[in-house]
Amino acid sequence: MQSLIIHSPILAIAIPLLAAFLTPLIGKFSSKARDIVVIVALAVTEFLVLILARDIYASGLHVYTLGALSPTLATPENFMIPVRIVLEVDAMSVFMGIISATVALAAAIYSISFMKRETGGTKFYTLLLLLTVGMIGLEFTGDLFNMFIFLEILSISGAALAGFRIRYADAIEGGFKYLVISAIGALVVLFAVGIFYGQYNLLNIAALAKVMQYTSLDQLALVLLIMAFGMKLASVPMHMWAPDTYSVAPAGTTPMIYVASQACLYALIRICFTLYGVTMNTSTIGWIIIVLGVLSMFIGVTVAVKQTDIKRLMAYHAISQSGYMLLGIGVGIAVLADPVALAAYGKTAISGGIFHIVNNALYKGLLFLTAEALFFSLGTRDLNKMGGMARNMKYTTIFFIIGALAISGIPPFNGFTSKLMIYESVYQFSPLLAVIAMLVSILTLASFTKAFQSAFTGPALPQYNNVKEVPKPMLIGMGILAVLIVFFSLFPNLVVNTIVNPATDSLINQAGYISSVMGGL
Amino acid sequence: MSALSFWSPLVLLFSFVLLSLVVLIFRNRGEKRYKKGTAQTKIFLAGEEEPDPEKLHVKAHNMYWGFFEALKHYYGPTMKAHTGIINDYLLWFVSLIALTALIVFISG
Amino acid sequence: MTESLFNIPFLAIAALIVISLYIIITQKNLIKLVMGIVILESAVNFFLVSLGYRSGGATPIYTNAPEKLMVLPVPQALTLTSIVIGVSVTALMLSMIILIYRHTGDIDAEKSRRLKG
Repeated sequence: MQSLIIHSPILAIAIPLLAAFLTPLIGKFSSKARDIVVIVALAVTEFLVLILARDIYASGLHVYTLGALSPTLATPENFMIPVRIVLEVDAMSVFMGIISATVALAAAIYSISFMKRETGGTKFYTLLLLLTVGMIGLEFTGDLFNMFIFLEILSISGAALAGFRIRYADAIEGGFKYLVISAIGALVVLFAVGIFYGQYNLLNIAALAKVMQYTSLDQLALVLLIMAFGMKLASVPMHMWAPDTYSVAPAGTTPMIYVASQACLYALIRICFTLYGVTMNTSTIGWIIIVLGVLSMFIGVTVAVKQTDIKRLMAYHAISQSGYMLLGIGVGIAVLADPVALAAYGKTAISGGIFHIVNNALYKGLLFLTAEALFFSLGTRDLNKMGGMARNMKYTTIFFIIGALAISGIPPFNGFTSKLMIYESVYQFSPLLAVIAMLVSILTLASFTKAFQSAFTGPALPQYNNVKEVPKPMLIGMGILAVLIVFFSLFPNLVVNTIVNPATDSLINQAGYISSVMGGL
Repeated sequence: MSALSFWSPLVLLFSFVLLSLVVLIFRNRGEKRYKKGTAQTKIFLAGEEEPDPEKLHVKAHNMYWGFFEALKHYYGPTMKAHTGIINDYLLWFVSLIALTALIVFISG
Repeated sequence: MTESLFNIPFLAIAALIVISLYIIITQKNLIKLVMGIVILESAVNFFLVSLGYRSGGATPIYTNAPEKLMVLPVPQALTLTSIVIGVSVTALMLSMIILIYRHTGDIDAEKSRRLKG
């Protein structure tokens, strides 16, 4: 058991990767066996991430060096710097790891019955597992170049998944747009990595953080990294790919691609807090991220109210919710150099932003799945053509209500808890920002009222008399997320104290992250 | 943790259950002795014909008309900016990098 | 003089980046867009390789090294990985363009567009 925990960082990446290339082989013989392999691989990944998380919350950060005599030895014997591939998993990484693994599992279960209608199912699962690899790798790596590689794995598999239903012209277009912005974003990241290597001859995040000078080249690299990851997480005004991609991605993968963009938010957070920390001009960078966040919140939600395509509507909400996270994180960065303000409200702001990531992954995932359930049953995404679906699809309606109330921040749902944390901490930083955040929450409710009214209520439309509830695996996939939402809603204190606060503390504790890799050097 | 100290979701859950019970009680006290298939189950007592379900339902694009009308000076340019052309997406990205780099260099 | 000679690769990289950014912003033909991305990728690869140059350094080939002190071949490894990734990205982009062309009969970013707003 102990050795399983030690090796779990790499196993959590290796097992889905192995399964990804095993599925085509098994799929040749039996599609049932293939489905089982996929589910088992993701369940094992989830289990590994969970036991790793338990150990990290108990005893602190894990370092895993590939190819070293002992996995915990980050720097080779005669070197002063870490030259090997190092995985570094702290409370923040594993927090994101749990989210990715859970959503991947729910999405895979949901996809099983969906894929019975599609051809090429085996390739679908390969891509789905590769996307999981990309996310977990991006979250667990301690090395900037590996961050680029996992970012590319995530982008390629995500783009192929988004454009998976090649019989639709718009699906290809959505996938292509995602691929183009990902390719350019990743190249910009690689250029920034090159800038670091040129200056410091280092690629390891902890080693770089130790010698970071914040020269003008570092400033350029920081801007490139913030903007590249900002584009991947769809912050306004670099968000326009998101509705195109999310609206065409097949069932189950939309939450996955969305969580993949949250993994890019993690990369952004990691770079700001750990790589630069207090060496950068925290108030400038903080305000840049706050402005991105406020723009995302406001423009995202106002455009969402206008949408009549249910998945585009939800995609714009995804953008708007990312704005909350950026706002919370940005306030935390702006006061990072000021210990008094950090203790007074900065930590709450960061915790609120981080807590919002997990809440949002859950309810946004659920809402995307309900939207796909509607598409599955009705064959249209157009809200103008829907009506009275609560009569035919009772469980989907209940799941939609849960998700809509949670995303609008109606107490006691989990969205309210994290939004409250953001409101009250941001209010102490700048009252105007908190007012905007509340306004956005109201508009969110308005737009989901619109979606609910036009899709689920109203008289039974004659053309949908024969529409039935979606198959059981799709309901189970939605049910997992719904149960988690209810759990997070009823016990917010437990969740915040067990998984969110350790993540915040480990983010702020830059010295601890550096010393765990560099040791006494 | 001041945000979570003064409210408890369990209290809200309890009130939700209580209210649901009240609603259920009211619902069960409704009139049960009516004749199916007669005029008693019609919507309009005045004898108006029930319109087509298509026409009965308020469609999505009709909702919040006044809101959009009042804010059309905001919505016009905003929706126009969402062109759907990939080159424009990249233009936003590159110009934002340039702008942010300028800000960061000046502020140091 | 020699100092400024070392800067020539970086000037070339800057020129390539400017060219590629110009292409990806102005050229609406999707094939040309992909060309722009490939040029950007080459510029970044070129940048990584130029960073790896150490004047007077020994090539890191174990059997041929004059002494045991060699240049750390990290940039070369990075470039190789990046080239491999670039090939797969380009292949996927081009295959998607073929499908867009089949569906819409056009490879203009504006004319083949179905999603907007």
